[in-house]
Formats: sequence, structure tokens, C-alpha cells
Amino acid sequence: MSNKKRFSLLLVCMMALVMVLGACSTTKTNPSGGSAESNTAAQLDQIKQRGKLIVGVKYDTKLFGLKDPGSGKVEGFDVDMAHALAKSILGDESKVELKEVTSKTRIPMLNNGDVDMVIATMTITDARKKEVDFSDVYFQAGQSLLVKKGSPIQGIEDVTADTTILAAKGATSIDNIEEKVPGVKVLEFDNYQDAFNALKAGQGEALTTDDAILYGMAAQDPNYEVVGKPFTDEPYGIAVKKGQTGLVEAINKGLTDMKADGSYDELYKKWIGKAPESK
Amino acid sequence: MLDFSILIEYFPDYMEGFLNTIQASLIALVGSFILGTIIAVFRITGIKPLQWLGTAYVEFIRNIPILIVVLFFYLGLPSLGARLDGFQAGTLGLTVYTSAFIAEAIRAGILSVPKGQMEAARSSGMSYIQSMLHVILPQAIKLVIPPLSNQFINLIKNSSVLTIVAGLDLMYFADSINGDSYATVSTYIFTGMFYLILTLPMSYGSHVLERRLAKSS
Repeated sequence: MSNKKRFSLLLVCMMALVMVLGACSTTKTNPSGGSAESNTAAQLDQIKQRGKLIVGVKYDTKLFGLKDPGSGKVEGFDVDMAHALAKSILGDESKVELKEVTSKTRIPMLNNGDVDMVIATMTITDARKKEVDFSDVYFQAGQSLLVKKGSPIQGIEDVTADTTILAAKGATSIDNIEEKVPGVKVLEFDNYQDAFNALKAGQGEALTTDDAILYGMAAQDPNYEVVGKPFTDEPYGIAVKKGQTGLVEAINKGLTDMKADGSYDELYKKWIGKAPESK
Repeated sequence: MLDFSILIEYFPDYMEGFLNTIQASLIALVGSFILGTIIAVFRITGIKPLQWLGTAYVEFIRNIPILIVVLFFYLGLPSLGARLDGFQAGTLGLTVYTSAFIAEAIRAGILSVPKGQMEAARSSGMSYIQSMLHVILPQAIKLVIPPLSNQFINLIKNSSVLTIVAGLDLMYFADSINGDSYATVSTYIFTGMFYLILTLPMSYGSHVLERRLAKSS
């Protein structure tokens, strides 16, 4: 008897705990940081006065911003882009200070003024446009497929409902492929490295995410290659603090000049290994 | 407050994961009990090679993280020519891992049955196996129930390791629901409740069984 009573008491306690936890979830914080609206060229003037560009880049993304554990140097497409912009804005490509950002920290750091701009494989989306301002597209990525060399899959059109696709957790790339190929079997992993290991162990036929990340994996292991044309658009933009149109214009001018004089294509070729496809 | 619309909207996902978790847990429970008992008997037979084998097995398996055991079956086996999918590799890893702990629990139980019991059984004409089955093990089981039920509860919770090999268990679907809904707190609270549906009756049942066996002796 007392045992039964104790059991129901336990259940009641559980329920109470659940309710308390549930209540906690309502205390959400508003992520939009304080925006010190001033004149639209303030940041650009500040950069010129300081004589140095402070840029947030990723330190863990192969080909775009990766810290070499040996030399301590951060290298990649985004880093070279930062140097090119320093040349365009300040006239000296060495006047760059890099700061590490992650997908989580890049918008808060921008809003706090810790960095002037963020060049960190950041896709331009409507939701993000509410938080920050974006430059023109500096890298046109798109969702693609990574397969073992010699695979019968040579593009999205070869993927059928019987194909096993590997992906990293997170909604968009999975939603995209399920939309393209209804009924396709998708296995989700914690991160890209785990998904790549599963591909190497033959647990699926293809891995899908942004081609920019896939190229990094293909560079890691030459037995794998990126196949087919990208089947979504993931335009990467350079983010600056909201309202700093002066800086956005300066960045866009730099980008236009780079595309005009061929240094953009050179940069692209240096990291991605081929010329950018014109779309 | 808790967002119950998550539970309703994603109920089919929760159910698929829940059923797979039950299936993996049941297979691993039976498998690890059988495997664990065999290993425990190995360790107390007095036959040296079997003893060594049992000891090596237990010490090796229980001293590495379950994550590595499961990853070995998922990523390592293909290079040896056998491929298991996430569910199979996860369930096998769970079975092997848990069996090491069960072997220890059962061994402790058997050893705590007084020596005289075995001697008496043998001198009344039973073989070693007969004495084990009819005299020692029935007594040992009673002593072993509390530690065993602990292991089985751990097993159910550890089944969430299937997630890392995309084993389609409850936790796998929870991550997937979270990725889709962004309602992290609600998603995982409901997930926790599904685990409680499995583990609470397990604890309760073991208490009842323990009491009943104590009375019958």
C-alpha cells in the first residue's frame, strides 16, 4: 500500500518538475542588441581613423577560415577577402585584425562593436537582414552532393527514393533534399565530420550540405568529390552593423573592383580549385 | 509554459522513435542478460582460460565509453567487411557494453551465496551445472535484482547512444524535432517524459519483485 502511495507521490513530483521547467522556458531574452543609431558613415570613419580593419572570421572552417594549429595563422577565402578589402578601403592589405566568430557569436559581436564586419560563410537571409546589413554576394554557395569517386550518383537527378543521404542536423539542407526527392532516406548526424565518417564507412551514398563545406571535405580526402550543379542558392554576404550604409558601399565597391580586375577569380581559384561558375 | 502543440504536431515522430527505443532496449536487455550470465559463469568456473577470457572481456568493455563501442560497430566493422546499419550497430553496442556490467553484478551475486550450498548440492549427487542451475542461481538471482534493475534502467537511458549513429531512436527524433521547431525546451521535456514511461515502471517493478522474492524465501 505505502509503496503505491509513494509511487504516486513520485509521479506528482515529476509533474511539478515538468511544470516548473516549462515555466522557465517562457523567460526568453530578446536577442536584438542595442542599436546606437548614428550617422551612416560613422563606422567607416572610425575604421579610417584607426587605420585598421577588425574582421570577424571563422577559425574552424576549411577553405574559408581555418586556424593552422602549427603556425597559428588563420587562412582561407574569407581571410584573403578581408585583406583585399583592407587594401581597397585603407590602401594597405596588411591592416587587418582578425577575430574569431562562430555562427552563434557573429551577430552579437557585430552589434557590440567588437568587429567592424563579419566575413564568415554567412548566408544572406531575410531573417538576418532584420539584424544586420549585408554587402553584395561575395560567394555564391549552393547545396550540393559529395560522393565517393566513381559513384553512380553524379548529381541530384541520380538521387532516388532508394538512395541513403547523409546530412548534419539542422533543418534547411534536409528539408531541401526531401523537397527535391520525396521519400529519400536521410540520416542525420551531429556535425559534418560525423556525417563524413559515415560516408567513408559506406553507411550512405552521398552527403549533402553547402558545396563550400563539401569542397573542404573533398580537399581532406581525395577519394571523394563534389558532383552535379548546386540545387539551391546560398548567397554568402559580408555583414556589418545595421545602418552603416557607408561601410556597405565601401565593401561593395571593393567587391566590384575585385571582380573587374580578375583578383576575385584568382582568389576563388586559389581556394576552391576552379573558376567560379557564372549563373 | 510547455508547448503541447509540439507533442501533437510531432507525435508520429515521437512514436516512431519511442517504438525503436523500446525495440532496441528489449533486444539489448535480453541479449546482455544472456551474454552477461555466460561471462559471469566463465569468471567463477575455476577453469583458467575461461576465467581469463571473462576477466579480459569485462575489464576491456566496461572501461571504455559506450560511444566508442557503438562507433566501432558502426564505422569500424565495415573495414572488416561487415556492415551494420545504425540501429543494428547501436543495439549490438548497447548489448555488449551492458553485458559487462551485468556479468559483474551476477558474479557478485553468485559469490555471495555461501560456499556450503555448492558443496551440499554436489555431495547430494548433482553435477556442477545442475547445482548451478537448481541451487546457486535461484539464490543468487534475489541478491542480484537490485543491481540488475539499475543496469537495465541505465540500458534504457544509454539507448540514446543510437542517436550518434543515426539509429532512429527517440533521441534521434528529438534532435530532429528540435531542428525543425526550435522549441528546444519543450521538445526535450517531452522526450524525457517518454523515457520516464519506460524507466519508471522498470524501477517500480523491480521493487515489487524484490519484495515478493524476499517473502518467498
